Amino acid sequence: MAHFDLVVHNVSWQDEVYDILVRDGRIVELAQAGSSTQASRTLDGEGLVVLPSLIDAHVHLREPGQEYKEDIASGLTAAAHGGFGQVMAMANTSPVNDNASVTRFMLDKGAQAFPYGPWVRPVGALTMGLLGQELAPAGELAQAGCVAISNDGLPVTSTELFRRGMEYAADFGLKVIDHCEDPWLGHGGVMNEGAISSRLGLKGIPTVSETIQVARDILLAAYLDLPVHLAHISCRESVELIAQAKEKGVPVTAETCPHYLLWDETWVVEYNTSVRVNPPLRTRDDVLALRQAVRTGVIDILVTDHAPHAAHEKNVTFAAAPNGISGLDTALALTCELVRAGELDFMDIARLWAWNTADIFSLPTCKMGTGDPADFILVDPDLAWIATADALKSKGKNTPCLGQELSGRVMTHVLGGRVILSHQDFS
Amino acid sequence: MHWRHKDLLEISQLTPEEITHVFTTAARFVEVNQRPVKKVPVLKGKSVVLFFSEPSTRTKTSFDIAGKRLSADTFSLAKSGSALQKGESLNDTALTLEAMSPDAIVIRHEHSGAARFLAERLQCSIINAGDGWHAHPTQALLDGFTLYQIWGSFTGKTICILGDIAHSRVARSDVELLTMLGAKVRVCAPRTLLPPAVLTWPVEVFNDVSQGCKDVDAIICLRLQLERQQAGLLPDLREYAAIWGLAPRHVAQAACDVKIMHPGPINRGLEIASELADSHASLILDQVNAGVAVRMTLLHLYLTRSRVLA
Repeated sequence: MAHFDLVVHNVSWQDEVYDILVRDGRIVELAQAGSSTQASRTLDGEGLVVLPSLIDAHVHLREPGQEYKEDIASGLTAAAHGGFGQVMAMANTSPVNDNASVTRFMLDKGAQAFPYGPWVRPVGALTMGLLGQELAPAGELAQAGCVAISNDGLPVTSTELFRRGMEYAADFGLKVIDHCEDPWLGHGGVMNEGAISSRLGLKGIPTVSETIQVARDILLAAYLDLPVHLAHISCRESVELIAQAKEKGVPVTAETCPHYLLWDETWVVEYNTSVRVNPPLRTRDDVLALRQAVRTGVIDILVTDHAPHAAHEKNVTFAAAPNGISGLDTALALTCELVRAGELDFMDIARLWAWNTADIFSLPTCKMGTGDPADFILVDPDLAWIATADALKSKGKNTPCLGQELSGRVMTHVLGGRVILSHQDFS
Repeated sequence: MHWRHKDLLEISQLTPEEITHVFTTAARFVEVNQRPVKKVPVLKGKSVVLFFSEPSTRTKTSFDIAGKRLSADTFSLAKSGSALQKGESLNDTALTLEAMSPDAIVIRHEHSGAARFLAERLQCSIINAGDGWHAHPTQALLDGFTLYQIWGSFTGKTICILGDIAHSRVARSDVELLTMLGAKVRVCAPRTLLPPAVLTWPVEVFNDVSQGCKDVDAIICLRLQLERQQAGLLPDLREYAAIWGLAPRHVAQAACDVKIMHPGPINRGLEIASELADSHASLILDQVNAGVAVRMTLLHLYLTRSRVLA
């Protein structure tokens, strides 16, 4: 009888029940359930769904520089529990990740905390210091291990410089991720511009501040025939522009976040700082457009835009609060909510949270085929848990989910055939 | 009437009956304010903190006088010279103030939602004396009371609010209060000074001052903050005065006994022609006078509510 390192019995995959056989860090095969095998470790997958280990293409791990908000170890702990095997860490650290030494520091910190994963995949800065003045050394950043380039958080206003950044990064196979925002439209804004901002007396950020940059990036990508990836899309008009661009074959890809698929601007009504985020939560109509866009593939991937902050930083007036929602701990449960609502299915989760992300940024992933890396999670999609401060592993407790009951939990996380985390009994 | 509210944050918390109760009570305090000795002992032993993190003359003085006339002890805390200027958070300032056991905190703050922020965290009553662009409920109550003293009823009355609606907490609170009492409300401003989604407000919108003032019973002029021009919302102040400033030719379109109001401080010759501010139609000083009576009423209602309950 063949011997395996790990066997997961009776787990659900694409509506069938299988045994997953793992050896030497790879999937040997998905065998018919009930196969008689010998294994060093076995797990009971009864009632659980297997999914590829998730990839988050947009997180802020805050280290180096703002370790009181989050550090690489705490961020990766949240990732491991949240089902993420790879997280793409944005460059707005202090110092900024615009040189190889910062990139290597991030990789070293990650490997020290979690030698077997989850993995930090650094995103290098597009411009030095994110200042939008001169290009950062994309070649050096690529060699050091950056998987993409972005000026996230501080959009490049010079279209000329942005164009050169796209061109230069392409020579190293790096995609540019753009935070689409005209920083003058809605300058100083704190929530979606509309009836609610009007009533609350809060300065609004209009959707057009996003769509103008989406249009710019699409036109550049078409003109240069070079790819661009559009970060955290929040509104219907952007979805329409992206759909048109894709029809014409423009090499554009796009992401959105669970919070834009679930919550709208009405969440701000009591000046709730946990939903202050940029781009802001939009209207119900935008939520519906985004849901359709992720179903139909107009939006390629989901990301958390994990933006942890210390509790005291959000315990202020709405206008004084920093932007951001802590997302790694809750993303999968929130996505399961969309599955329960009939908006998505589990294959959509695999596609939106792993396979498409791996395709766009050339990262490894597991498609459950023979020889694939054994990077997967076993999920109980309906297990209820309370998102207490202790249950959230990120240092950032800044989520409207805090204290709420969520359903959907990672029971076991396997990376490279190794169980890095499990709430299950082994035999 | 048993006063059920701990805090006064915005007009929409109140019912029309409660607003009318404020007006009828304020009318009694107007009488107190006409006495040779203007002090009554109803709030003796109560302490009221006036926490103004934005500059204010009339609102702060008005609350101060109102408190003192009711025999409450009032304490002022300004941003300059306070720990806020040293970087203390609003939360810490609030907790520090509460530890000194005041009965009420009157707060003026540059951020919308600041009064609610305190109300959610503190046991004492919070009176919103203006938070960002959001609300200025005591101003709306005194504006309403000023007109109530003359009109007695708002049914069939039309009021035009003229000026920088977008950035005005007074406009938001006035619209809520006046519509709740049955008046028709218009807003009139250049498009750059109208709030987004103004069509969702219960108002008629005008972009021409003469048309906005046509047949109205009262005009409320708003102060133009000079920084709006610097922010690129207006070409220049000369043009604003010429086109958008309230002038006699606009007032001539209104009802013959039209009333002219302004929350102050006024920019003479900018948002309002100087002679209109001083005309017999002007209620600007009546508003200030009404403000003391209304604030006496509010302090009385909010600071004695537990006694009423017992």
